[in-house]
Amino acid sequence: MKIVGHNLTTKESFYFFEIAKGLWITSRHFIYNMYFHIAHLLGKYPEVPAAVTIQYPEEKIPLSRRWRGRHRINARPDGSPRCVACMLCETVCPVQCIHIVAGEHPDPAIEKYPVSFEIDVTRCCWCGMCEEACPVDALYMDTGKNPEPGFSREDLLYRKEQLVKEMPLPGCQRSLNAPGQGPMEANPLGL
Amino acid sequence: MPTLTIDDQQVTVDQGTTILEAAKKLGIAIPHFCYHPRLTKVDACRMCLVEVKDAPKLVTSCSNAVRDNMVVFTGTPKVEEARKSILEFILINHPLDCPICDKAGECTLQDYYFRYSSQPSRFKDNKVEKHKVVDLGAKMVLDSERCVVCGRCVRFCREVVGEENLGIFNRGDHSEIGTYPGKKIEHNYQGNLVDVCPVGALTAKDFRFKCRSWLLCKADTICPGCSNGCNAVVHFTLRSFNGIKGQRVFRLTPRENNDVNKIWLCDVGRWGYSFVDSIDRLTTPALKKGEDFVKGDWDTALRETASGLKTVVERYGPSAVGVIPSPHLTNEDLYALKCLFSCVLKVANIDFKLPGLDKGEGDKLLLKADRHPNTRGAELLGLSGTGLSAEAMMEKVKTGEIRALYLAGSDPVKYIGEKAEEALSRAELLIFQGTNFSASCKLAHVILPGATFVEKEGTFTNYQGRLQKINKALEPLGEALADWEIFTRLGKRLGAYPSYRCAEEVFKDMAREVAPFNGLSYQKIGPQGIKIADSSQ
Ligand code: SF4
Ligand code: SF4
Ligand code: SF4
Ligand code: SF4
Repeated sequence: MKIVGHNLTTKESFYFFEIAKGLWITSRHFIYNMYFHIAHLLGKYPEVPAAVTIQYPEEKIPLSRRWRGRHRINARPDGSPRCVACMLCETVCPVQCIHIVAGEHPDPAIEKYPVSFEIDVTRCCWCGMCEEACPVDALYMDTGKNPEPGFSREDLLYRKEQLVKEMPLPGCQRSLNAPGQGPMEANPLGL
Repeated sequence: MPTLTIDDQQVTVDQGTTILEAAKKLGIAIPHFCYHPRLTKVDACRMCLVEVKDAPKLVTSCSNAVRDNMVVFTGTPKVEEARKSILEFILINHPLDCPICDKAGECTLQDYYFRYSSQPSRFKDNKVEKHKVVDLGAKMVLDSERCVVCGRCVRFCREVVGEENLGIFNRGDHSEIGTYPGKKIEHNYQGNLVDVCPVGALTAKDFRFKCRSWLLCKADTICPGCSNGCNAVVHFTLRSFNGIKGQRVFRLTPRENNDVNKIWLCDVGRWGYSFVDSIDRLTTPALKKGEDFVKGDWDTALRETASGLKTVVERYGPSAVGVIPSPHLTNEDLYALKCLFSCVLKVANIDFKLPGLDKGEGDKLLLKADRHPNTRGAELLGLSGTGLSAEAMMEKVKTGEIRALYLAGSDPVKYIGEKAEEALSRAELLIFQGTNFSASCKLAHVILPGATFVEKEGTFTNYQGRLQKINKALEPLGEALADWEIFTRLGKRLGAYPSYRCAEEVFKDMAREVAPFNGLSYQKIGPQGIKIADSSQ
């Protein structure tokens, strides 16, 4: 371990000059930002940026296509989830927050389907491993949504009925099939 | 005895041993599908090919016997190439079902693919489609696409069960396993088909889709289904929400023991575990108040039991107490019971032999008519014939001569019927200790919840007199306790009783006191059990 010491110079030890310097920097930014904000309101100098902060929630940063938001389950054309209840997401989930009960599907070509599928987002750590583990075109985290606060734990238990209705954020879809539709012409990520 | 060299290691084996078995002795695994140590050899799959020096072609190691001075290579490029080709051939029409296949994680084909092939498919045509989800009867489902046509299932039914249930129909890549038209499989050994099938073609309805194999923990146990005492492995989960909520035990699979069950398990035992997590499990001590039961804690329930027994013994003598234990309990439980009742309370009326205890339906292979795992153990511990018989006790309960009756896991109403029901309802004090609700439990004044075979350590003695050990896999459900622990706690309230802390301590005492167990310890029993007495009768 290295201890980095800093001995005050004579000028710094007076404090007054340092305080004045700090006030000067703050006021300079304040006056500059206010001037350009007012100028923008009057339609002047639109090319010069004012404050560097993003004016959330009016303004939002564009999300990366890889951004991990709330989960969704991709739907088959008939609206049922594409999930085959393989429990790989349940297995890989490091916090064990996915709970699946599998059942026998009447169609032998599908065979296995989730009778119930729950994600307990109170425990989810947004690692995205479930999305990676899914061997079929089912589980995605491309909704672009943050988890919403809820009034009870029940509100934060996302079930398959709700997950299957979620839509991908336009431009960020990571599934090969659009929800409820057949195969797309090309991979949306250009892969 | 021929001596041969396999991969530069020398081994001497019996005349007639196959190369595969000789290699196994050296710890060299040769992949195979159709070979099974307990079925005839058919060399159908060609997966076990090895190179033998001076042989013109690769030979099948499962069916070729060793010769003296033979030199075998199991890992040459030629052998590896052959394995890879065989796997590619099998996988041409194999569906990509692993995510939904119950066998995944313990599938031979999956393992071999990753170990010996790992090459991407080169097949461009459409796969041959076969029947999926074929119902084979009440217990099994077949998926023909996943079948590698090794024929093990056909041979199992023919050779072990002695029934012609399954056959291979059609030819080439259209070969399919199936039952004969209009027939279903009905025998009691269908669960073994899942075990003999190297892939996920045969799946059991009981386990189907309930859990993935890799989420299950395993513990060695003994099947509690009958007095045969088949060696088994219990598969359970510690995660409360895997599969079906509330289910902890998912299946029983056989463990090899040449002297008991070979490598098989019958369906009655294999699928008889459901009582462990069933809704009628007794999870808290309960006391009868009027017509209803109220939940109590151990303290109250044991106080009530102890004071009740004490009063009866003091007022009317030990002959006014009757005890009917169940041969479902372990030797440790029964020994603790015996200590309590015959040593502390001097009760002579202890008899486990309810009439009809051994009147189930057995068969020639494994299943015995006596559906209790520890009947022989109860006999060896002398829990019968010291006083009145169980049936006579019922009569005396009815006439009021026996005032307190202790049912340790036994259910007289099930075996004796109405007569017992009438008698039990007249008892002054009826204590029921057991795992699940039953007709006798309904009449009890005090209910003490006991642990099932997966929730306690202990030993069973099977019908041959072989002592075998069960292990604790799970904690008892709710507030239930192992039966020996209940007797220990009760013993402390009734007099001088050893304070046992684990089943092993009970066993040590038993090994000192009871002749057939003399000198034994849990270490000496080992995974395969030890014969301590002759078969009963
Ligand atoms: S994002 Fe990670 S923590 Fe959340 S459900 Fe998926 S695997 Fe589990
Ligand atoms: S990994 Fe995909 S298919 Fe498998 S259970 Fe999860 S969501 Fe369903
Ligand atoms: S049988 Fe084996 S390889 Fe075939 S789908 Fe099942 S797990 Fe996969
Ligand atoms: S069903 Fe299984 S055991 Fe029977 S032939 Fe097919 S792969 Fe072999």
